[in-house]
Amino acid sequence: MAKVLVVTSGKGGVGKTTSTAALGAALAQNGASVVVVDFDVGLRNLDLVMGAERRVVYDLINVVQGDAKLAQALIRDKRLENLSLLPASQTRDKDALTPEGVERVIGELKEKFDWVICDSPAGIEKGAMLAMRHADVAVVVTNPEVSSVRDSDRIIGMLDSKTAKAERGERIEKHLLLTRYDPGRAARGEMLNVDDVLEILSIPLLGIVPESDEVLKASNVGSPVTLSSPTGAAARAYFDAAKRLAGEKIEVVVPMERKGFISRLFGRRVA
Amino acid sequence: MALVLAPEAPLPNWLAALDAQMARAPTFFDGRPVLADLGALPVGTPDVAGFLSGLEERGIRIIGTEGAHPSWQGVERWGRPFPAAGKPGRPIAIPENVPKGGPPKPESPTMHSAPVEPGSLLIDQPIRSGQSVVFEKGDVTVMGSIGSGAEVMAGGSIHVYGAIRGRAIAGLAGNPKARIFCRKLQAELLAIDGVYQTADDMPGTLIGRAVQAWLEGEQMKMAALD
Repeated sequence: MAKVLVVTSGKGGVGKTTSTAALGAALAQNGASVVVVDFDVGLRNLDLVMGAERRVVYDLINVVQGDAKLAQALIRDKRLENLSLLPASQTRDKDALTPEGVERVIGELKEKFDWVICDSPAGIEKGAMLAMRHADVAVVVTNPEVSSVRDSDRIIGMLDSKTAKAERGERIEKHLLLTRYDPGRAARGEMLNVDDVLEILSIPLLGIVPESDEVLKASNVGSPVTLSSPTGAAARAYFDAAKRLAGEKIEVVVPMERKGFISRLFGRRVA
Repeated sequence: MALVLAPEAPLPNWLAALDAQMARAPTFFDGRPVLADLGALPVGTPDVAGFLSGLEERGIRIIGTEGAHPSWQGVERWGRPFPAAGKPGRPIAIPENVPKGGPPKPESPTMHSAPVEPGSLLIDQPIRSGQSVVFEKGDVTVMGSIGSGAEVMAGGSIHVYGAIRGRAIAGLAGNPKARIFCRKLQAELLAIDGVYQTADDMPGTLIGRAVQAWLEGEQMKMAALD
């Protein structure tokens, strides 16, 4: 049965869109049929990260309002034929989304795909609420810093009260994806460590994605990091996270600082 | 549930002290209903209505006044004045509804009173940032933590088996005997019966530890539990 997954965070700039693309691609690379849906109407980014910006004709708003059919708006990925994108509109705003329209589109997507991954906009307003509305599973993307953790706490509270599942009295499955984790800074106490974040948020850990140049590069060349540098640490973290989402039991490894010979000799960072 | 402000004359000095308090905890009154207890003001106090407007300008929502002298002009605008007698904010005894159907059975001598509703609330999940739990009837027990930016308000005591990172407000209905207990103190604010302390005022040695807080007179006391 199809699963609807929302990638959300409350705070902006923590890596929702990057994670949506990477998890979507990783699930597709493992053989599932996946659609990634950009709910960030007005500030669309997912098409850029997926490298599909030059193929956008119709978007989510057109489908929600009935101006286009779903099949016309879906963009199939050039690298993975079982991965599709439903882009957002850049020229409209979130008021153009209606609850009924979103429900209908999600329902149609569920018939076509194994995974429907919704990339939520930042904030706790209408756009974010509609993105999480019909989710079965939530991935809460958090950076190891206090403001991001508190915003995630807020979003988790909303997942437990404002989603369709919560209103039916069911529990939405929630996972924590810790991104932009810098092992060196965490070791020096400049960031919250993994245990702190897990203690505050108390939801299961889906994965830890280390801060990496590969992620930045991937966004800029328009490719999910699991496709552009599949052997890198970030991509491996996303692959493992995707397997855990699919139900596999894999232990989460906390990234450690890799020290060079000289710094190991002196036990301190040179720079 | 309401906070009670009890201004003292001269009013401008009292307002200045209030401003100093509000500078330290600017969001304390946000969205909270406040009762103004004017009983301590002498009858000849000038411009009491203007003073109440001054409170409103500071974002304090006055829902009622009590102890107002009948000669003061314009005070009645702030809700229905409560009678001057009695202690502010005490629960009023409401006669129980006579149960329907059949004559009331004689009470067995061992039974003191049949509890109609439980006097306590158990929450078995964490209270997340932005959530607010208000339970005026009695104690609140939280099995998880109270997140930063979340709040719990209880008529009685508050027991938290995790960390308090947000606000815990006990003794809402004027209960100075209420206490706050937690496994880990990282609270933004604790209050009992209107007496509050922000994180800045809490003793640094207690932060992160299992702590209880109670009132001694008008002062909040805290001590480690471990």
